[in-house]
Amino acid sequence: MADAADKTNGQTGEALSKPEPAGYFEGESMSRRRALTIAAQAVGGVAGAIIVLPAVGFAVAPIFKKPDEIWESVGPTSRFSADTYKPVVFTLVEGIGEAGKTTAFVRQGSKKYDESPSSYVAISTRCAHLGCPVNFVAAAGSFVCPCHGGVYDFQGKVIGGPPVRPLDRFQTRVVKGQVQLGPRYSVTSQLDPVRYRDPGEYTGGAWNYIYPPRPDTPPAP
Amino acid sequence: MKIPDVLIPPPLKRPHKPGTDRSPNGGDPLAPLKEAPADLIGWLDERTGGGSFLTGMLYRKVPKGTNWFYTLGSATLFAFVVQAVTGVFLAMYYDPSPTQAYASVTHLTNDVFLGEFVRGMHKWGASVMIILVYLHMARTFIFGAYKYPRELNWIIGVTLLILTMIMGFTGYLLPFDQRSFWATVVGVNINGTGPFIGPYLSDFLRAGAEFNGSTLPRFYAIHMLIVPGLIIALIGAHLYLVVKLGTTAPPWLHPKRTKATVREERV
Repeated sequence: MADAADKTNGQTGEALSKPEPAGYFEGESMSRRRALTIAAQAVGGVAGAIIVLPAVGFAVAPIFKKPDEIWESVGPTSRFSADTYKPVVFTLVEGIGEAGKTTAFVRQGSKKYDESPSSYVAISTRCAHLGCPVNFVAAAGSFVCPCHGGVYDFQGKVIGGPPVRPLDRFQTRVVKGQVQLGPRYSVTSQLDPVRYRDPGEYTGGAWNYIYPPRPDTPPAP
Repeated sequence: MKIPDVLIPPPLKRPHKPGTDRSPNGGDPLAPLKEAPADLIGWLDERTGGGSFLTGMLYRKVPKGTNWFYTLGSATLFAFVVQAVTGVFLAMYYDPSPTQAYASVTHLTNDVFLGEFVRGMHKWGASVMIILVYLHMARTFIFGAYKYPRELNWIIGVTLLILTMIMGFTGYLLPFDQRSFWATVVGVNINGTGPFIGPYLSDFLRAGAEFNGSTLPRFYAIHMLIVPGLIIALIGAHLYLVVKLGTTAPPWLHPKRTKATVREERV
């Protein structure tokens, strides 16, 4: 009691019951100034969110957009053999001219690699290192990347250089004697199909979680 | 024939006779015109108070030993202004559509009057700006000018460096030739190699799973609207802090140790 009296400089009673801090009316839990400040900030925050949220959504939306599933004929089945690849050019993205075209190397399935002879293998030219276009060198039976020296064997498995996984593939089907190429998929080092990944991203095992696939990529075949 | 009074330079004028009447302008009918600039500046200053602000900024004290290395920041600013001005004029002819971009760049380079010059300034100026940014940063680091109380300005400067790099990355795609296309493919895929967020980052940059019709306009918008706006705002903050905190003396100059400063050091 003596301490309290000291702190209030000897005064007691009325001095302590004064509204504190100044500006509060009796019975108020909040001053008018503070209430208006909070209200103004809330209105400003809502106005800011109305501008920012649609803008951010607008910019981020393409991540969740499902890519169109395009199937394109690249030639009659008689054009492709099991012992070598034939380059085919087809449209990957429509509406942007030459930039939307890509090359794939196509061959017939080979029993040597445990594939059905009626199936077709389409190897993407997109290097699994950073996406440069690889070329099939028939004399060496391998794919070679011009940018950083990645080398792949006949099946697209890495045999040299920086690539982190085998070359991607395209789904294939035969319609009316024509070979058609469909959505892209990635493969693990054992050539097991997985959902489509960007170049430079490992596949298989825990890597499938460290590099999550796009939310809307088609499932692997 | 008498020569009009206006045409006679003041030193050759016959002096007024003492005691004679003078006109309010001292006989010079151009006097109101001569004072017009000062009047205009006075009018503006009275309404904005900008004069004292400019005086304080331009006539601020700089430490002894300030030398040519201290102009690297201004040089970087000038390089940015060159990029901004030439970029605005390039935007008058550039078409960010994937099918038209290359043709529009060829057109503005080969057909438009001075187009090659303006594009050359923008292209080479970009490299100059990167070099100047690094020299400016090296000067700040070597002179120890990032230390208290200027840490925040160092952080702003690093942010500006990153934004300048983003400008270089996004601007490289815009000519849309083979080199810029494949460089962008590689650059976007490098972003994709980051664990967990990498795949989303590369999708965000490309606006989809593959390079598509929205990629080039997206890079263009980042290059000419988003990042320049951020850079201008941060340059404002950067300069404000430079004026507010002042610059540092070069590290080879030490303040004189007076009795007062020695006492301060002990405390």
